[in-house]
Amino acid sequence: MIHQYKLNGYSIVLDVCSGAVHAVDDLAYDIIGMYEGSTQDEIISAMLAKYADRTDVTGNEILECLADVEALREAGKLFSEDPYAGKAVDFQRKSNEVKALCLHVAHSCNLNCSYCFASQGKYKGERALMSFEVGKQALDFLVGHSGKRVNLEVDFFGGEPLLNWNVVKDLVAYAREIEGRHNKKFRFTLTTNGVLVDDEVIEFANREMHNVVMSIDGRPEVHDRFRVDYSGRGSYEQIIPKFLKFARARGERDYYVRGTYTHHNVDFTEDLFHLADLGFTRLSMEPVVCAPDDPCALTDEDLPVLFEQYEILAKEMLRREREGKPITFYHYMIDLEHGPCIYKRISGCGSGTEYLAVTPWGDLYPCHQFVGDDAYRMGNVWDGVTNTEMRDEFKHCNVYARPECADCWARLYCSGGCAANAYHAAGSITGTYEYGCKLFRKRMECAIMMQVAKYQETMKENAESMCPDV
Amino acid sequence: MKRIQTIETRDLKKSAVTGGCGECQT
Repeated sequence: MIHQYKLNGYSIVLDVCSGAVHAVDDLAYDIIGMYEGSTQDEIISAMLAKYADRTDVTGNEILECLADVEALREAGKLFSEDPYAGKAVDFQRKSNEVKALCLHVAHSCNLNCSYCFASQGKYKGERALMSFEVGKQALDFLVGHSGKRVNLEVDFFGGEPLLNWNVVKDLVAYAREIEGRHNKKFRFTLTTNGVLVDDEVIEFANREMHNVVMSIDGRPEVHDRFRVDYSGRGSYEQIIPKFLKFARARGERDYYVRGTYTHHNVDFTEDLFHLADLGFTRLSMEPVVCAPDDPCALTDEDLPVLFEQYEILAKEMLRREREGKPITFYHYMIDLEHGPCIYKRISGCGSGTEYLAVTPWGDLYPCHQFVGDDAYRMGNVWDGVTNTEMRDEFKHCNVYARPECADCWARLYCSGGCAANAYHAAGSITGTYEYGCKLFRKRMECAIMMQVAKYQETMKENAESMCPDV
Repeated sequence: MKRIQTIETRDLKKSAVTGGCGECQT
């Protein structure tokens, strides 16, 4: 299976199952498009007719291009078959090892954002803070169920985790105390709304947090539309100076600013560029996921605008990079050469299997998006996963469990998408959230185009340095 | 100019043999 598209002056052909990416000219693009459904004579006739005014497109040129296409097909880099369905079955039998936990250290928040999937941090339940004892047991559970895996991840999440900051620090200290003797390495992430960020938080996070996620939606009026405190005041003016200080202090360490866009700001690149111009260089912006009748829900009419926005973003990022002022965007951060193996691409985020969420009371859920839904409680940090049927359901929840994905060219980039989004949109974790699929495919086209652009620019620079007079 | 330029990518089929350690980030 292949996928062909043109974007920003590039003609691109993806071979879905091998992962191969080809940048081609117009003739090759058309030949590849006809290759599987036409005879050689039909292709030659069609190309000679289409390019009759082109002196460089001759019968011999077309034959040569056809030979190149056939060579790539034989090398398994074009029109390759899908050999992974069987691997997916093997992978479903994988062990029950856990490698990542989302620790809900606070089911409480000092902001009152109306679009919050977590119901202002309470997850439809009572306010609560995780005790050190529950968190310690969660870390012991993770170490005890991680098998031979060395790298373990813990996200401090909420609500607002800084409302329980002392417990966060104590849990980090405990993890550092035990990781050596168990041959483990903990990588911590902190997600915060910024209200309680101060110098002490910055210093500790820079010492211990592998990544920091800072919640900002963009322009002041966009941010303050939803991200307000309990008296209704916007939080933009309060958090921006703190986050800027935090981001600068991170240096080379990972952080990213994460916003949410809604129907009210489909021109979301304006928000990203606003953040970039403030000085934030590592950005992410997620489409809101909510009930279709919610006023902030994205609509079908928004889609063409959003597609254009993603293209604008990709082109602007390339421009800024050429000017030596690069910014990153989470969804465009793909690594074609050293990217994930096929097992990762089949299994995705690992929710419900190798990735679990822990509530302040120690209950286990498939991920943070399922917390608060009693039907998805899987066990607790003392007894482990007791609902093994649910774990098995999530083990089978991969791209090959979704018939809708069978004909999708992006299936090995998204692994079938987010189980929680599918559950909320289609009523089943093995369903699909079609609106999200459309946005995802557009983002991948843009991300791959950027990789092609950078590759060609590098090749051109190398050629010029080898032959400076050319 | 070559009409088809293949970008360097990880071979997914080979990664079925060399991959699967589970040490990557989630």
